[in-house]
Amino acid sequence: MLIAQRLALGFLVLFVVSLIIAAGVDALPGDLCQEMQGQGATVETLKACREEIGLDKSLPVRYVEWLGGMLKGDFGTSLANGREISELIGTRLQNTFFLAILAALISVPLALVLGVLAALYRNGIYDRAVNVVTLSSISFPEFFIAYILILFFSVNLGWFPSLSNISPEMSIAEKAYKSLLPALTLTLVVVAHMMRMTRASIINLLASPYIEMATLKGMTRRRIIVKHALPNAWAPIVNVVVLNLAYLIVGVVIVEVVFVYPGLGELMVDSVRKRDIPVVQACATIFAATYILLNMTADILSIITNPRMLHPK
Amino acid sequence: MNEIQRLQKKFEAGRISRREFISRATAIGAAAAVPGSLFSGPAAAAPKKGGHFKLGLGQGSTTDSLDPATYLDTYMQTIGNAVYSYVAVVDNNGDIAPDLAESIEPSPDAKVWTAKIRKGVEFHDGKPVTPEDVIATYQYHMGEESKSAAKSLLAAVTDMKVDGDNVVFTLSAGNADFPYIMTDYHLGILPTKDGKPVDPTSGIGSGGYAVETYDPGVKSILKRNPNYYNDDNAHFDSIESLVIKDVAARTTALTTGEIHAMNRCDLKTVHLLKRQKGLQVIQTTGTQHYSMPMITKQAPFDDNNIRMALKHAIDRETIVKTVLRGYGQVGNDHPIGPSQKYFNKDLPQRAYDPDKARYYLKQAGLDSLKIDLSAADAAFAGAVDTAVLFKEHAAKAGIDVNVIREPDDGYWSNVWMNKPFCMCYWGGRPTEDWMFTTAYAAGAEWNDSFWSNDRFNELLLAARAELDESKRRTMYYEMQEIVSNEGGVMVPMFASYVMAASDKIGMPKLAANWDMDGLRAMMRWWMV
Repeated sequence: MLIAQRLALGFLVLFVVSLIIAAGVDALPGDLCQEMQGQGATVETLKACREEIGLDKSLPVRYVEWLGGMLKGDFGTSLANGREISELIGTRLQNTFFLAILAALISVPLALVLGVLAALYRNGIYDRAVNVVTLSSISFPEFFIAYILILFFSVNLGWFPSLSNISPEMSIAEKAYKSLLPALTLTLVVVAHMMRMTRASIINLLASPYIEMATLKGMTRRRIIVKHALPNAWAPIVNVVVLNLAYLIVGVVIVEVVFVYPGLGELMVDSVRKRDIPVVQACATIFAATYILLNMTADILSIITNPRMLHPK
Repeated sequence: MNEIQRLQKKFEAGRISRREFISRATAIGAAAAVPGSLFSGPAAAAPKKGGHFKLGLGQGSTTDSLDPATYLDTYMQTIGNAVYSYVAVVDNNGDIAPDLAESIEPSPDAKVWTAKIRKGVEFHDGKPVTPEDVIATYQYHMGEESKSAAKSLLAAVTDMKVDGDNVVFTLSAGNADFPYIMTDYHLGILPTKDGKPVDPTSGIGSGGYAVETYDPGVKSILKRNPNYYNDDNAHFDSIESLVIKDVAARTTALTTGEIHAMNRCDLKTVHLLKRQKGLQVIQTTGTQHYSMPMITKQAPFDDNNIRMALKHAIDRETIVKTVLRGYGQVGNDHPIGPSQKYFNKDLPQRAYDPDKARYYLKQAGLDSLKIDLSAADAAFAGAVDTAVLFKEHAAKAGIDVNVIREPDDGYWSNVWMNKPFCMCYWGGRPTEDWMFTTAYAAGAEWNDSFWSNDRFNELLLAARAELDESKRRTMYYEMQEIVSNEGGVMVPMFASYVMAASDKIGMPKLAANWDMDGLRAMMRWWMV
């Protein structure tokens, strides 16, 4: 029931997002034909171009046409080069998910372990060191971290390639090898948030009476934290982890540019720059859907870990 | 092409030895005319077949397509030059060289041009290239629904017809430079049927390479066309061309050996790149220039005294030294580059002179002047810096330049030719006539200063139809003088194309008409 309600709401949000995007791209100065022809545009060629791709029709007409196609599962074609959008997006979407999964596989376990350890040895040297390192890495801009990694691992040591130009025919191992530097960059960016939340929510619970009881029973600190505190701390941690997963999918444009990784972000930026509305719409819909689905997952997971939430007061 | 040029070509291509070259050149009494640089440098090494060439370029976009009518930047333009053949091409000395046409002959008034199309050239799909394909391809660009930037180039063509192996072009007025128009990167010959291209986006041409995979905005893989007619070109077995927009990523990829060559080096760090072993940094200075057009229909720019004041209020040397880091040359307020055939050598170089600027302000009846200058790095890398430097220089002449930062997005549609004074760039055109016609002739679509000068327009028409070189020279000299002293565009600098490549890549003398060896790096370079 809850899931169905959430899904219905999600579709409503998607619809609103698509409206905002259509209006937003249309409000930008210039249109696709001007951007495609750049300095070389003339009045005549602009007119021919607009007629050919239907830009002479009004925005509501174009939007309704797009929505109609979308409901039938047809993304339409790119205005700029006439390619099927599903074909344009297909491999790029896989690449984006591949990078996100790789980064998540590294960063989530790492953040949880670091966070639990930080709670265990809180205010000690280890805790401070972990905090300083992760907070510094989140404070640097992504491209800076990326360049530093490239400098050490690719230019000086030569272990990893500086370009992550993966293609569909490569094996998973080869793809993972080529994508490791961007995944590490993303890891360094997201790990602090998840680690700090793990640490904070565990420490929060450590003041509760039942933990005091456990301490009085003579349990080891490690057992108290892992067996008693952590299960009750899951809800906020899961929320932060999922939020970061969403970031790994939708927020990686800069990393894509630095490593020349063929993901969805760059496609969207290029399309916004050229005012290719159907492609922007398709990307935005995918990104919005990712956010909605992941948020829903977070809610469901928190409920599973904490049955009390099933019965709101 | 005369005998000595032919010999020189053969020598540069390594097909005859130095000894043989000298003895044959002496035999035709031409040894003295050979440029001294011919015997030096890597250019003398012979091209070799084979190898997989990986190229990283700073342009390209996911919105690209293989259709030549849509080419916008160096990325697709270099691919077009590898995939398609043209009626003619520009060689590395800036002269016309044959491609699909064995010969191109003008009528005495330069109004009718006859191109004899080579026999036995095939498209990648095996279909022969015919004179009909040439005409249908040109019509594709000229037609009603054409969105091609080549449309205005071909506007003067009134008739095309097949005559045996020949295509006969008739122009509305004489144009001695018509063969250069046929080299335009939009005009690659497409396979056609019933007067229409079969599919302009298919990437089927008759050039040295065939498209293997094409992923717009990511990479393209090209394979050598085994049936290519010209053995002097297309040396690599295969080519991988990557879109690498971030200049740091491009540089790292080159230094770590993931690519063999890149364009648009970061001028701020190129001195470090030069120290790297195993790399060569190459530059060509041709027609690319950065300009500052003023709309001469509007006050205050309708007064030539104001324009002259501004032209004297910019310190060109400093800007070339700082913004271009020395990779360029000062401009003389006209668009003809120092390497071009009819560049006016006698015109004195305009210098930074605040007193003269003040003098011109006085002539205009002013003590001081306040103007807005619109700038964005979309015009060229360093445009905003140039504008700010100009503000400092002009202040000494009593001119207050208010630099307005415009968004990169939509710069060409909203700022250029709309704001009264802005920053701009021109990739340049291979001939004087082409450049002047595009951006300085009265009423031209891209006359970005909205400038009109009767004497200039008269000379432009006369020089275009003139086949006599020395008469043309006199006319072009005068036109450069007029533009420099009365025109509405400041041209502070000519910018070099700065590229870098691995030592493993061999190249002949580089062409300067476009970036990447006149866009023909894929065709002319080889693996040593």
